[in-house]
Amino acid sequence: MFLAMLGEAWRAMGANRLRTFLTMLGMVIGVGSVVLMMAVGQGAQESVKESINAMGSNLFIVLSGSSTAGGARSGSGNSSSLTVKDANAISELDGVSNIAPISMGNAQVVFGGNNWSTSIIGTTPTYLDIRVWELVDGYVFSDSDIRSATRVALVGKTVVDNIFGDVDPIGKTIRIKQNPFVVLGVLKSKGQSLDGRDQDDTIIIPLTTAQRKILGNQFAGSVRQIMVQANTPEAMPIVEQNINGLLNQRHNIREGADSDFFVRNLTAVANSAAETTRTMSLLLGAIASVSLLVGGIGIMNIMLVSVTERTREIGIRMAIGARERDILLQFLLEAIVISVIGCLIGLFLGITGAMLVNKLTQAAVVISGNSGMIAFAVAASVGIFFGFYPARKAARLNPIEALRYQ
Amino acid sequence: MAKSVVLVSNIYKDYQTAAGGITVLKQVDFSMEAGDFVAIMGPSGSGKSTFMNILGCLDKPTSGQYTLDGHEVATLNSNTLAKIRNQTIGFVFQGFNLLSRVNLLDNVALPLVYSGVNKAERQMRAKVLLEKVGLGHYVHSLPNQISGGQQQRVAIARALVNHPRLILADEPTGNLDSKTGEDIMALFSELNADGISIVLVTHESDIAAHASRQVRFLDGRIVQDERSRAIVLATESKETIEEKEPN
Repeated sequence: MFLAMLGEAWRAMGANRLRTFLTMLGMVIGVGSVVLMMAVGQGAQESVKESINAMGSNLFIVLSGSSTAGGARSGSGNSSSLTVKDANAISELDGVSNIAPISMGNAQVVFGGNNWSTSIIGTTPTYLDIRVWELVDGYVFSDSDIRSATRVALVGKTVVDNIFGDVDPIGKTIRIKQNPFVVLGVLKSKGQSLDGRDQDDTIIIPLTTAQRKILGNQFAGSVRQIMVQANTPEAMPIVEQNINGLLNQRHNIREGADSDFFVRNLTAVANSAAETTRTMSLLLGAIASVSLLVGGIGIMNIMLVSVTERTREIGIRMAIGARERDILLQFLLEAIVISVIGCLIGLFLGITGAMLVNKLTQAAVVISGNSGMIAFAVAASVGIFFGFYPARKAARLNPIEALRYQ
Repeated sequence: MAKSVVLVSNIYKDYQTAAGGITVLKQVDFSMEAGDFVAIMGPSGSGKSTFMNILGCLDKPTSGQYTLDGHEVATLNSNTLAKIRNQTIGFVFQGFNLLSRVNLLDNVALPLVYSGVNKAERQMRAKVLLEKVGLGHYVHSLPNQISGGQQQRVAIARALVNHPRLILADEPTGNLDSKTGEDIMALFSELNADGISIVLVTHESDIAAHASRQVRFLDGRIVQDERSRAIVLATESKETIEEKEPN
């Protein structure tokens, strides 16, 4: 009986192919745009998540304060107020899992006939752990390299490309501000940061070497930044409070006076970026859903016309023994078949479109298996929802009037 | 004496219209036994179509009792009424009322869809009936590819497919020429001889003459109920000439 009714629905759709196709088109466009927008939106979210993971999670950065020389204030990060001892003290705080003191600056790097200006980061090996930064070749310098301030370096991919070309960098000697450094390892490419800087255009050397040979700090042991990683996202507010308290105490800052350091929450910035993309993809989905709704209304419209056109047929069916629910099922099935077929075509076009977007713009797209399931469920429920009213209208017709209808 | 198939007592039917209520059927009493062949006659607006709709369980009387096959129709719900229309009654209409997009075989088999018969048996039974009405070669044709007389035969085959005990025919020959009409009436007589009860609405006395009983409606009342064929022919011969279309 169900199969017979499915056959009826198929035949009714075949009776007016152009109309069926146009009705279906509404569903095709609706489902197709939902699938496409979801794929693009999720792709954007994924790439933001990747950038955040590349930066490291639960991060604070403690910057030294501004120094004043001859009335001119130098801006944050330029005074020598932070020290390695501060960093070690912070690492003792509850909820802190890792710290990395950092001194940095720019320097000219030379290898053979090539030279290149890049940023030099002087730090400890934990910096690479915090930033989840791996090597593609070689090995990381050790704590003993920090103690003895050896001249060794880890080079980023951009630097390798610019001064080594095809030469294998491992074990080669480069010159940074005339000082020879042995290349120990090559950093894995991280690409652009969230604010668009090239993270691979850098050289990492031991903190002590940087301070003594390259950057020439006024005070031995002072650092520009301390990177702090909290154990969990939940611990971050308390850790931030504790860092402020600890450093105020260590630097003898009185209550109410200006601090000589800044604590920045990097993860908050990243989270707001993630929030933005999530909102954007929700918005895209919402707009696409409107077209799905319009497609559904199109189905309802056509089904209402179809019920009116086939009033006499309904009367005949009732006279020969169709129950109300038989008529209801017949028209409901027709609406569902139209929307499910439209959904399948839309799914196909949406996925094709997403792949095309990926090919043409290199933008990340994510086609998840359950977006297909969702689209299918939505199509069936749109069919039922918008098909129900016309079907009920058909089922409730008075058989005598229906038979008389011309 | 055979058991009553249809028992109607003291039926009234009112309609509400913009002009006010009108009473289409007044105090109608009617009964018929299994195997009866009844022709219902009367001018337009005399209530005979409304009476047929009530007999066919498509409409309910405003008051009075209608018992079909021992069931009090007023107490039955719509699903049961649909089942009665499906299995106890077969309808034949003036305009044939076949589904135009559907081939003859499926048209005849359609009532069986609603009684849950499987496809193989549906097609087998439909084919047997199409052969019985002489259209065995046309099973895959569409209704608009055959003549009116042939379409009415298909409609009769459809009415018969679920082995009904009662056939209700509303001016089955109204759209046919007199020769074809005679053929259709011969088919009805044959069915009646097989024991199926038939109620037939017609304008034409010579069509009504095929029935074993003639009932005449006027202004919503039964004014004449004759069983003898000879008497009917005698009393209505004058009208027959008047009502017959000139051809």
